[in-house]
Amino acid sequence: MSLDMVATTELCFSYNGAEVLDKVTFHVRQGDYLGIVGPNGSGKSTLVKTLLGLNRPAHGTITLFGTPQEQFCDWQKIGYLPQRLKFFNPNFPATVEELVRLGLLAGKSFPKHRAKGDDAAVDETLEVMGITDIRKRLIGELSGGQQQRALLARAIVGRPELLIMDEPTTALDPETRERFYELLQLLNRERNTTVILVTHDTWSIGKYASRFLYIDKRVVFDGTFDQFCHSEEMTGFFGEHAQHIICHRH
Amino acid sequence: MTITEILSYGFIQRALVAGSLIAVLCAVLGVFLVLRRLSLIGDGLAHVTFGSVAIALFLRINPAIVTLAAIPLVLLSSFGILKLTDKARIYGDAAIGIVSSLGIACGVLLASVAGGFNIDLFSYLFGNILAIGTGDLVLALVLFTVVLLAVFFYYYDLVAITFDEELARTSGIRTRTINTVLVLLTALTVVLAMKLVGIMLISALLILPAVTALQVAVSFRATIMVAAMLAVGSVVVGIFGSFILNLPTGASIVVVNFIVFMLVFSGNKLRQAH
Repeated sequence: MSLDMVATTELCFSYNGAEVLDKVTFHVRQGDYLGIVGPNGSGKSTLVKTLLGLNRPAHGTITLFGTPQEQFCDWQKIGYLPQRLKFFNPNFPATVEELVRLGLLAGKSFPKHRAKGDDAAVDETLEVMGITDIRKRLIGELSGGQQQRALLARAIVGRPELLIMDEPTTALDPETRERFYELLQLLNRERNTTVILVTHDTWSIGKYASRFLYIDKRVVFDGTFDQFCHSEEMTGFFGEHAQHIICHRH
Repeated sequence: MTITEILSYGFIQRALVAGSLIAVLCAVLGVFLVLRRLSLIGDGLAHVTFGSVAIALFLRINPAIVTLAAIPLVLLSSFGILKLTDKARIYGDAAIGIVSSLGIACGVLLASVAGGFNIDLFSYLFGNILAIGTGDLVLALVLFTVVLLAVFFYYYDLVAITFDEELARTSGIRTRTINTVLVLLTALTVVLAMKLVGIMLISALLILPAVTALQVAVSFRATIMVAAMLAVGSVVVGIFGSFILNLPTGASIVVVNFIVFMLVFSGNKLRQAH
C-alpha cells in the first residue's frame, strides 16, 4: 500500500466567523494526480494554504508524509505554485535563474549557500521548462506565461515528491496552458511526482487527473472523473444539465 | 587646497572610512527594505534613535559612548515595531509611525526638561563629521563586520522573503526570524549612521542608493553591488564637496545621492526611449 502524502481529518477553518472549510477529510497517495474543483469561495485556496501551514485550522488534523503538519520540516519534499504572488513586484530585480535557485533553499541547512550540484539542477530544470534562453532576464520583464513557467521551475527544481498548485494556468493563453498541463503529466508519470492541482478548468481535470475532488466548503465528491460523471448522487446535487456541462466540455 | 591636503586631516580620514562602511551597509539593507516596501523603517528607527540619544544625554552618559548607549533602546524599539505588526494586527507603516513619534516625543520632552544639551542634540539631528572619533570608527568597523556577515549568511533567505513571504514559508524558511534579523540589522545601521548624516537624513541613505541601483538592475546580486558602489561614491563626493564648499556634510551626501539618482533615472528613460 502506498504512502499517504497528505491526509486530513475533519479539517475546519473559519475566517472572521465565517466557515470556509467544514470537516474536510481526504487523502492523497503517492503518484496521485488530484484535481480539486469547486465554485468561487468554496474554500479551494484556503484548503491548499491550510495544508501548507499558511493558515491555522480551527479543528481537525493534517499529516504530510505521515508527520503531523505542525511538526513537518521536510519542505524540500513539497513544491508549491501559488495562484498569484501576494505582493508580486514587477520591479523585483531577480533573474529567472536567481528565482529558480530559491527553490533549492528548502533542502539546505544554515548557512544556505550554493552547493555542489545546484548549478546542474538549475540547468536541467530550465531545460525541462524550456526557459534556458531567458535565464538571465529579469522576471518582471517576462510575459505571464514565462513568469508562470519560471515559478513552476522554482517549485520543481528541488525534485519535490509532491507538487501543490493553486490555479496555475489563470494567466495563460490556451496553447501555453496545454503545454503546461502536458509538462505536469510528464512530471507525474516520469518522475512519479504526486500532483495536487486546484483549478476551475474541469476540462483539464477530465483529461489529466487521476482523481477528482469537488469541494464546496465540505467534500462533495471524491473519486475519478468518470465516476463523477456517472454518479446519480452528483446528478442529484448538480442537476443533469450542469453535470453534463462539467463532464462533456472536453 | 589639494585633495592630499584635505586627506591629511584626521577627521576627514575618519569620516571617509566610517562613511564608506556605513554607506555599504545602508545600500545593502536598503535594497531589501525598499523592495519589501519597508523604506520608512529607517526613518522610524532614526526617530527612536533621537529619543535614545536624548535619554543617554539626560543621564549624562559620556558623549563618546552615546552611540553605543543608544543601541539597546533602538534594538528594543525595533522589536516593538515587529511585535505591534505581528500581535496587535497593526499595519507595518502604522507601527513605524507609533514607535517613531514616541521616540521624537521622548526626545523633545527630555530636551525640554534638561534644557542643557540642546546643542549636542542638534549635531545628532543633522550629523557632524567632526564628532566621529576613533571609538566611533572602531564601532563602525565592528558593526560593519557583524551586519555584513549576517547578510552573507542569510542572503538567500532574505532574497526569498523579499520576493514573497508566503512562498518563503512553504520553503521552510523561518520568516519571523529573518524579518527580525533584517530589522535588527537596520537598527544597528541607523544608530551607526546618525553622526555621519544625522537622524533626519538617515532614511535617504537607505533609500536613494537602492532605488538608483534598481533603475539599472540586471540581477539581484548586481543590484546590491551597484547600490553599494553608488552609496560609497556619494558619501566620498559629499564629504569632499562639503569640506571644499563649507556646507553641512549630511545634507551634502543626501543631495549628491539625489543627483546621482536623477542622472541614472534620466539616462535610463533616454535609453528606453531609443
